[in-house]
Amino acid sequence: MSGETLPELRIPVTRKLIVGGAIATRDYQDVHHDAVAAKERGSPDIFMNILTTNGLVGRYVAECLGPGTQVWAVKIRLGVPQYPDDELVFTGEFTPGDDGTGQVSVVGRNRLGAHVTGTVTVVLAEEARE
Amino acid sequence: MSQDDDALHERLKAYEGKSAGEGGRGPDPVNDPMIRHWCEALGHPAPPDGSAPATMLQVWTMAGYNGPTGRSENYLEMFRLLDEAGCTSIVATDCEQEYLRPLRPGDELVYDSVIETVSPRKTTKLGSGHFITTRMELRVGDETVGTHRFRVFKYAPAKARKSSEEAATKAKRPRPVVNRDNAGFWEGVADRKLLFQRCDGCRTARFPWLPGCNSCGSQEWTAEEASGDGTVYSYVVMHHPPFPAFDPPYAVGLIELAEGVRMICNVVGVPYDKVRIGMPVRLEFAEVEDDLVLPVFRAEEAV
Repeated sequence: MSGETLPELRIPVTRKLIVGGAIATRDYQDVHHDAVAAKERGSPDIFMNILTTNGLVGRYVAECLGPGTQVWAVKIRLGVPQYPDDELVFTGEFTPGDDGTGQVSVVGRNRLGAHVTGTVTVVLAEEARE
Repeated sequence: MSQDDDALHERLKAYEGKSAGEGGRGPDPVNDPMIRHWCEALGHPAPPDGSAPATMLQVWTMAGYNGPTGRSENYLEMFRLLDEAGCTSIVATDCEQEYLRPLRPGDELVYDSVIETVSPRKTTKLGSGHFITTRMELRVGDETVGTHRFRVFKYAPAKARKSSEEAATKAKRPRPVVNRDNAGFWEGVADRKLLFQRCDGCRTARFPWLPGCNSCGSQEWTAEEASGDGTVYSYVVMHHPPFPAFDPPYAVGLIELAEGVRMICNVVGVPYDKVRIGMPVRLEFAEVEDDLVLPVFRAEEAV
């Protein structure tokens, strides 16, 4: 069975989201909240931490396939950094497997290119199975 | 790779398979307030069964405000070696997680991690260093509830990159590729003339320069000088990626000449975001570098 294209999710990436995501994931590395420190480390600005990116991949899957979807595995690779004042646009494709399982291939792009590329293995909630 | 790099990699490889931290314990049990805060910040829908979102897994292992603790002596030693070799910066590159069962409030996580692999010296855009992969196994009591493989790049930062402006002033524009099919065009440009071809067989005008006519196939043609009047037939604005010698954003126009042929050219005399389809433009020649003259089109009306 071929994949089903999932709707696009556009997430405005504000400074608030990057800092809020870092703190909600208990990541206090200065490059995720302190622009001055980030510059000293050679980055033009603060950037999103991988735990937030991973969580947003989870959010994309939950929004597309329903909040009752069980996530069994996530594999992500980071590409370009995610700086503030940009948009992170998720696109994906769902390939159903047996017994309500499936794989989502997902890409999150910003204006610099692909920020995250990955695959998510899921089990759909009973009511979401066709 | 230098001998020093090899020697360092040998020393780093010795850490493969060694513990990166044993008997780690989550600072807090899985709990509703942290789940709620995480869902709120990330805009994540709350799981209807009250469990923690799966992709929150690593959060339960984070030490928080005062930074990591509980890392093994091996791990710290390996990082010291890398720091001493100038690889002082770190960035996460990959994360692979498996969730064997949903985590619920009250679950108390313990975890061990192992240094899986240390790559040979690699050079990326960020700098030169080593990829380190660790694998963590998370348990509640004796039950394995998840695994977490994490790759970081520990590197010596490349020299601060020049700003794009600096790069643009230094780098030269690409030179035209002149061959026998288009030499006549570039000779015209050198004389400040914009020449197109007209087929001797069917009188069709053509541009860019080609040996034969697209309409009738004739290889006979005559060069004609364009009057220099044109309109913007279409355009794009280049924002990204930046190329050396070009300073984005800038407008690239597809100009239709009064004689009917179209050419791709810079539009000048108007901000990049004020270029419009149908805008009348007029040919001029710009000396963009000491030895490079190019035709450009200037917007005719003040905008």
